[in-house]
Amino acid sequence: MFAFIIRRLLQSVLVMLTVALIAFALFRFVGDPINNLVGQDTTLQDRQKLRETLGLNDSVVVQYWRYVVNTAKGDFGYSYMHRRPVKTMLLERMPATLELSIISILLALFIGVPMGVYTSLRRDGFLAKIFMSISLIGISLPTFLIGIMLILLFGVILRWLPTFGRGEVVALGTWTTGLLTVSGLKALIMPAITLALFQMTLIMRLVRSEMLEVLRTDYIKFARARGLSNRAVNFGHALKNTLVPVITITGLQLGSVIAFAIITESVFQWPGMGRMFIEAVADVDIPVMAAYLCLIALFFVVINLIVDLLYYAVDPRLRVDGGGSGGHG
Amino acid sequence: MAVEAAAMAERGGEVPDLSLWRRTIDLLQRARDSDIWYSFKRSPITIVAAAVTAVIILSALFASWVAPHNPFDLATIDLMNASIPPAWMADGDTRFLLGTDDQGRGILSTIIFGARISLGVGFASVVFALIVGVGLGLISGYVGGTVDAVIMRIADIQLSFPAILLALLVDGVARGLLPRETHDELAIYVLVFSIGISGWVQYARTVRGSTLVEKNKEYVQAARVIGRPAILIILRHVLPNVMGPVMVIATIHLALAIITEATLSFLGVGVSPTEPSLGTLINVGQDYLFSGEWWIALFPGAVLAILVLAVNLLGDWLRDALNPKLR
Repeated sequence: MFAFIIRRLLQSVLVMLTVALIAFALFRFVGDPINNLVGQDTTLQDRQKLRETLGLNDSVVVQYWRYVVNTAKGDFGYSYMHRRPVKTMLLERMPATLELSIISILLALFIGVPMGVYTSLRRDGFLAKIFMSISLIGISLPTFLIGIMLILLFGVILRWLPTFGRGEVVALGTWTTGLLTVSGLKALIMPAITLALFQMTLIMRLVRSEMLEVLRTDYIKFARARGLSNRAVNFGHALKNTLVPVITITGLQLGSVIAFAIITESVFQWPGMGRMFIEAVADVDIPVMAAYLCLIALFFVVINLIVDLLYYAVDPRLRVDGGGSGGHG
Repeated sequence: MAVEAAAMAERGGEVPDLSLWRRTIDLLQRARDSDIWYSFKRSPITIVAAAVTAVIILSALFASWVAPHNPFDLATIDLMNASIPPAWMADGDTRFLLGTDDQGRGILSTIIFGARISLGVGFASVVFALIVGVGLGLISGYVGGTVDAVIMRIADIQLSFPAILLALLVDGVARGLLPRETHDELAIYVLVFSIGISGWVQYARTVRGSTLVEKNKEYVQAARVIGRPAILIILRHVLPNVMGPVMVIATIHLALAIITEATLSFLGVGVSPTEPSLGTLINVGQDYLFSGEWWIALFPGAVLAILVLAVNLLGDWLRDALNPKLR
């Protein structure tokens, strides 16, 4: 167990170092950092001095190490466009993105799982066929198109919901939340649905195929033979065994939901990190791009790590060979 | 067959290459009797999907002839025609079936020309990802050892990031490295590169898997024994035998590549605005939703959705048709 955790941790650190290397290379070699920080009229001497104080004359390895240390401390430097520390910008924007992502994934889970169970139990039912067709459309429609269609219907034609922004937000310390005001909740509805739809179809299809698999197994037949009610068999036995992979995949998807929030945020002008990243890409604001990359990588690595460790705790089969191959789940 | 060839010869005035002609006929006959054609005929949804895809691809290919107007020919654009609703609505104009945008360009024509860019970038990115992925997969599987470990590790790391994020990042870097004018000129190539590079992993993994199996088969060993160089064995013997699943991945990847291109262009970091793709058109149209000109965004969006759905259906069918377990 101990060896497994250590190996898995080392692997995660290696991934983070690789990502930091990419971020560092971006920062150091795409455009000249000095030109991006100072104005046109700065003298050559001043530039040299700044170069020295920023340590840009040291060897690349030293610079990389300094970058890693700073990044680990959360210091991502200054944005070229806004002349503000990237860290404060990220912290300002993070609550909006996290609220949107978490609400979306919960929405996807609480609608997707029942739909999946239903389609697996009533495979040839009319409603099940409708669900399956909807899921095919959900996979084929690009996220931004769903957002635009929602805006057209509920924002422009029906005028029920606001089409941009977060509504009124309440500050709780450094965290701003839109979940406590009516306008905040109203503003959340359309972005959350847009972001959730793809995950929802994914979860629904996953639950359906897992359920179909489980319903064929011997222990389900045995449970039926024992005369248990349909309800007990379907939900007590079958669904319970389906949920392990479903929760794993949903957990792993949280990372990509945060990344896909880029699109939703820019459709609904949601003031989150994703929109900040898009603006950074358009403006070639390298420090912001690099910071976002590191942050997303951190989310992914941590989520992956937790899922792997949970798997190890839940599934005894992984423990037999001393945990050697557990990390590639 | 001989009669047909003779007739051809009379019409064309010269004798066609008989062996090539015969080979084509043979191939067509084989295709007609094949399992794939049989399963194609029996699936009405697939036939519809194929027809829809074919119509969109053909009209994109022959855009200059099919489109009622050339939206990029300044001489034919008249600002007086701006923002006309679709032809069946009260203020519609029969010259512009799906209405016009803010600059007086017919929506139908911009869609046809936009589909050309979308499909072009989609196909090119798939080909690029396919070449990189299949190449690395073959090397990884055939050579093994450290090379294999390094390539697969990179693939693992890349796979844990969403493709769209990677494509955005590559695009951002290209913007930083290239001067602005050069970037606008090269925007399409940058886009193909960024979408392609974010999609190679799946090809590499699949090909590596099949290469590991094929490598130990007798025909490869025989080729090795008679001393053929490794590169020739890989290209002439292994490659043809690992291409089956690759075609399925490529079809599904095409749908994804079209979506990714549209998304990037929608976000404003894709193709340059002078050559709008479907995504760019939707992006432009989004601003006019609020003033009631819904057709500018909605029709390109519908075409995009239909195209992606059709390609996805084709991919699903191909996967089932090529899967021996399902026969």
